[in-house]
Amino acid sequence: MKRYIAKRLAMVVLLLFGMSFIVFASLYITPRDPAQMVAGAAATEAEIANVRASLGLDKPFLVQYGIYLKNLLTLDLGTSYATRQPIIDEIAVRLPITINLATAAILIAVLVGIPLGILTALKRDTWLDNLLTTTSLFAISIPNFWLGTMLMLIFAVKLKWLPTGGMTDFFWTPTGFRQAILPALALSTSTIASFMRIGRSAMLDVLQSDYIRTAKAKGIPQKKVVFVHALRNAMIPLLTQFGTSFGGLLGGAIITEQVFVINGLGTYLINAINTVNYPVVQSTVLVIATMFVLINLAVDLIYCLVDPRVKYE
Amino acid sequence: MTKRPSFLAKATEKLLKNKLAALCFVLLVLEVLLLLITPWIAPHDPEATNAAIKFAPGFWAKFSSDPAVRASYVPGYLLGTDNLGRDTLSRLLWGGRVSLAVGVVSTAMGLFLGVILGMLAGYYPKLDNPIMRFMDLLFTFPGVLLAMLIIGMLGSSTFNATLAISIWSVPSFARMVRGKVLQIKQEDYILAIRSLGATDFRIIFFHVLKNALPLIIVIATMRMASSIISISTLSYLGMGVPAPAPEWGSMIATGKGFMWEAPELIIIPGVAVMITVICFNILGDKLRDILDPSLRD
Repeated sequence: MKRYIAKRLAMVVLLLFGMSFIVFASLYITPRDPAQMVAGAAATEAEIANVRASLGLDKPFLVQYGIYLKNLLTLDLGTSYATRQPIIDEIAVRLPITINLATAAILIAVLVGIPLGILTALKRDTWLDNLLTTTSLFAISIPNFWLGTMLMLIFAVKLKWLPTGGMTDFFWTPTGFRQAILPALALSTSTIASFMRIGRSAMLDVLQSDYIRTAKAKGIPQKKVVFVHALRNAMIPLLTQFGTSFGGLLGGAIITEQVFVINGLGTYLINAINTVNYPVVQSTVLVIATMFVLINLAVDLIYCLVDPRVKYE
Repeated sequence: MTKRPSFLAKATEKLLKNKLAALCFVLLVLEVLLLLITPWIAPHDPEATNAAIKFAPGFWAKFSSDPAVRASYVPGYLLGTDNLGRDTLSRLLWGGRVSLAVGVVSTAMGLFLGVILGMLAGYYPKLDNPIMRFMDLLFTFPGVLLAMLIIGMLGSSTFNATLAISIWSVPSFARMVRGKVLQIKQEDYILAIRSLGATDFRIIFFHVLKNALPLIIVIATMRMASSIISISTLSYLGMGVPAPAPEWGSMIATGKGFMWEAPELIIIPGVAVMITVICFNILGDKLRDILDPSLRD
C-alpha cells in the first residue's frame, strides 16, 4: 500500500510539473508581445525593453521557466495586467464561490444519478430502464449554458420563484441555497446522466457475480442483497467517476458562472481572455487543473480505504 | 462472383432498422441539405438590420387571440426578428452552417492527429509511454479549460476556436484508438501479414486502420456532438465566432438580454443546437451497439 501511495504521489508531482510547463509555454504562442501590452500602446522601444527586463522576459526560456516554477512554489502567480494586483489574492476571493457551485452540482448528481443508476439496473430492459437510458442521452446533449438560460427564463424571470443570478452565500445557508439551485441544476445534468449510466453498468456487473448468487441462495432478502452486498462493490467505479466528474464540473462552472452572473473563477477567466490578460488566464487555468489533479489523487487514496485489493498491488 | 456488401452498407442497413436512429439519421441529412442550400433559400441577409421591425414575433403570432399580436407579425419573417430587426430564420440557417462546419472541421482535425498518435502509441511500445503520458497531461485540463487556454493565448476567432476544439479532442481519440490497436495487434492475421513481409507502414495504415475503423466512426460521431456544443458554448461566451456573423451560441447570447420581451430568441437557436447534438449522440450510441458491441459501458 505504501508503494501504491508513493507511486500515486510521484505521478501527481510529475503531472503538476508538466501542467505548469504547458501553461508557462503557452505564453510563447501569443500573437502579441506581453511586454508591449504591459508598457501600453504609446510606449517607446526603450520603455518596452525596460518592461521586458523587469518581467524577466529577456532571459532564456528555461531560466524563465525556472523562475516561474520557483514563484509557483511560493504561491506567487504574478500580477494582473488589468488591476496590477497579485493574482493569488484575486483568485483566493473567487475560488470558494466556484467550489461552492461545483460542490452543489456534484451533490445533486450523486443524490439523483446514483439512485437512478441502481433503479435502472434492477429494472433492466423494462420500459422504465429504456425511458431513463434514453433520457440520459438527452441530458448529455443539452448545452449547459442553454439549459441554464432556460431555467433562468422559466423559474426566475417568468415565475419569479428564484433569483436570476449572483452567488453571495454558501449553498447550505437559506440565501445561498436559493441562489445555488438553478446554476447547480444546469451544471449537473450531464453529470447526473453519467453517474446513472456508470451506476447502472457497475450494478449489473456486480449483480452477476458469484458472491451475490451465494447470498441469494442463502436466502438473504433481495433488498439486503442489493443495498448491503452489491452496492458496496458497485461504488468503486462510481468513485472513479466522482473524481473525473468533479473536474468536469469545475470546467463547466466557468460557463455556468457566466450565465448566472456569478463572480467566481470562471468569470475571472473569461474576463481575462476578453481583455487579453495573459497571466490571469494562465494562473486561473493552472489553479483549476491543479484542483482537478488533487481531487483525483484524493479519490485514488480513498481507494486504499474502500478497496482492499489495492493494498496488494 | 458477387461483391460482398461492405461493412458500412451492412451497418447502415442495421442502423436504419432502429426507428429512433433512423429518425436521427433522416433529420441530420435534412439539416445538412438545408444548410448546404442556405445561400439560395435563406429569405433575408442574416446581418441586415431593420429598426422598423425589431422583435417581430414569428408565425405563432398568427394564432394569437389578441388582434394586436396578430398584426405585429411581419410577413416574410417566419421565425420573427431579433433586437436589431434581423431575420431569425436566416440567422438560424447561416449560423447552423458555421456550427456544423466548425464541428466537422474540428472533429476531422482532432481525428487525424488523435488517430495517428493513438496508432503509433499502440503499435510501437517505445512510443507508447511518451505519447500517452503527454495525452494524460492534456487530460488534466478538464472540460473546455484546454480550449480556453488556447483561445486565451491565441485570441478569439472562429479559426482559433476550431483549432482549440480539435486539440481538445485529440487525447480522447488517441486513448481509444490506442486501446483498439493494442487489441488488434495481438490477432493472428496481423502476425500472418507480417510474416508475409508487409512493412510496418502497410500494417498500421492499411490493416490495423481498417479494423479500427468501426471504432473511429463511432467516436467521431459522438465527438461531432461535443464539438458542436463546444463551438456554440465558446461563441456564447464571446470567444468563438465574432459578431455580427450569426452562430447558434452567439444568437443565444444576444437573446439572453431580451428574454422577457422575446424568449423565442433563446429558445429557437437552443432547440436547434439540442436537436443536432441529440441526433449525433443517438446515432453514435446506436452505431456503437452495431459496430462495436464490446464498447458498451
